[in-house]
Amino acid sequence: MDKQSLMGAFYIALKDLKTYYFKPPNLSWGIMFPIVMALAFVLRNPGEISELAPGIIAMSILFASTSAEAIVIVFERRTKTFDRLMLAPLSVESVLFGKVLGGVIFGFLMSCVFLLGSAALMSVSWENLAFLILSLLMSALVFSVFGTFVSVYVKEIFDAMTLANFFRFPMIFLCGVFIPVSAMPAFIRPLSYLFPLTYSVDLIRFFLTGAHDVTDPLVSSIVLIAYSIILFYSSVWVLKKRME
Amino acid sequence: MANAKEKGIIEISNLTKYYDGFLAVNKLSLSVKKGEIFGFLGPNGAGKTSTIKILVGLAKPSSGTATIDKLDVVKEIVEIKRTVGVVTEDSNLYDELSVADNLDFVGQIYGVSRIERKNAINGLLKRLGLEDKRDVKFAKLSKGMKRKVTIAAALVHKPKILFLDEPTTGLDVLSARILRAMIKELNRQGVTVFLTTHYIEEAEQLCDNIAIIVNGKIRATGTPKGLMSKSKTKNLEDAFIEITGLKEEKMLIDKGGNGSG
Repeated sequence: MDKQSLMGAFYIALKDLKTYYFKPPNLSWGIMFPIVMALAFVLRNPGEISELAPGIIAMSILFASTSAEAIVIVFERRTKTFDRLMLAPLSVESVLFGKVLGGVIFGFLMSCVFLLGSAALMSVSWENLAFLILSLLMSALVFSVFGTFVSVYVKEIFDAMTLANFFRFPMIFLCGVFIPVSAMPAFIRPLSYLFPLTYSVDLIRFFLTGAHDVTDPLVSSIVLIAYSIILFYSSVWVLKKRME
Repeated sequence: MANAKEKGIIEISNLTKYYDGFLAVNKLSLSVKKGEIFGFLGPNGAGKTSTIKILVGLAKPSSGTATIDKLDVVKEIVEIKRTVGVVTEDSNLYDELSVADNLDFVGQIYGVSRIERKNAINGLLKRLGLEDKRDVKFAKLSKGMKRKVTIAAALVHKPKILFLDEPTTGLDVLSARILRAMIKELNRQGVTVFLTTHYIEEAEQLCDNIAIIVNGKIRATGTPKGLMSKSKTKNLEDAFIEITGLKEEKMLIDKGGNGSG
């Protein structure tokens, strides 16, 4: 990707942040939903905040990155504003990268809110801050690309919400957000290993507390990057196919 | 003036496009000379927009070839887009952004520098009488105003070729006149214009050459006078009706008009 393509993608991301992400409905999904879910568990077992923090942070990224991302392209295709982007001298890859970038930035910012909130309630090891930030960014990337794929794949906004929620809600309970994967029944675990949120929670847990539950942080990083690449190029393929 | 053998700035050869089995463009071939205003006319559903979509990279042809400034519309579309401005039939800008922010965003994604963007936006808003609307959100504009801003958006990066798909639809008489004057002025500055319109007088007034398309196929090409002479009609509207085969519909309308009067 050349400099103009990168700049184009950056401006698309800025435009999306301004027009879609920093809007009350999206902020409520990004902040309120994870808070309410966390409160439900914390109020039941007040001492478990350090156990829950990595999952809550990962879940905030999942909802923040996908809430707008999953519907933005469908919406813009309906209003024909997506054609505006496709008319610009940018490749399909650059346009979609811009879309993904908006979700990554918003997801990362939301995760920082939850990270700071967690730091106020528990002792956080800041030794691996750079790696922790990297793990937040990798998580935001994979969920934003997931949202983009949903948005490119479906034709109606309602279908986008249905498809996104079909994966998002099971992930909350299967991926170690509230119950560690190692504590789950053995027959459920293979399903947990399929979802990227499992690796996101595990990676954040490792850089936040120094311990992991599922696998080595390097493996988690590789899985998140692989998911991101596969979903991104699948989105590019679907969009190009639609133009044929 | 270009001679007959000279390659056009837009060259289309046997272009065909199917949408889910429906033939929208049928082995279409035509040539548009550099520096002319080319009218692309046809009834609704004739294949005008489908052809433009292929030329500007919004759709891929099923078969055939097309080049713009010698660049292939499939393989070199990103390079083509740098020199092409497009006004689609929908006013497709962002409701949440102001007029100026919309134009600035379009300039940004076309790689126009900050200073050039500022100058271009100020100039376009002035020419189109939109200066007092620069901070108004796109959603709050009337249909005609939205159309004007969409036209301004196609000009921010100073294109060499301008595709206008029904540009004056929804504009009041004065705004349409301003736009037509602007098209002529841009053309005098060297911009090649590819225009589709349902207003035949507009095509007659503006176009150097015209192609008439019906059911995805070119029925006739030539100058407005040439088409009138070919179809033995006195004006371009009658020539259009004759060529497109809408003669029976016209007779019915004439008959109804006479009957009621």
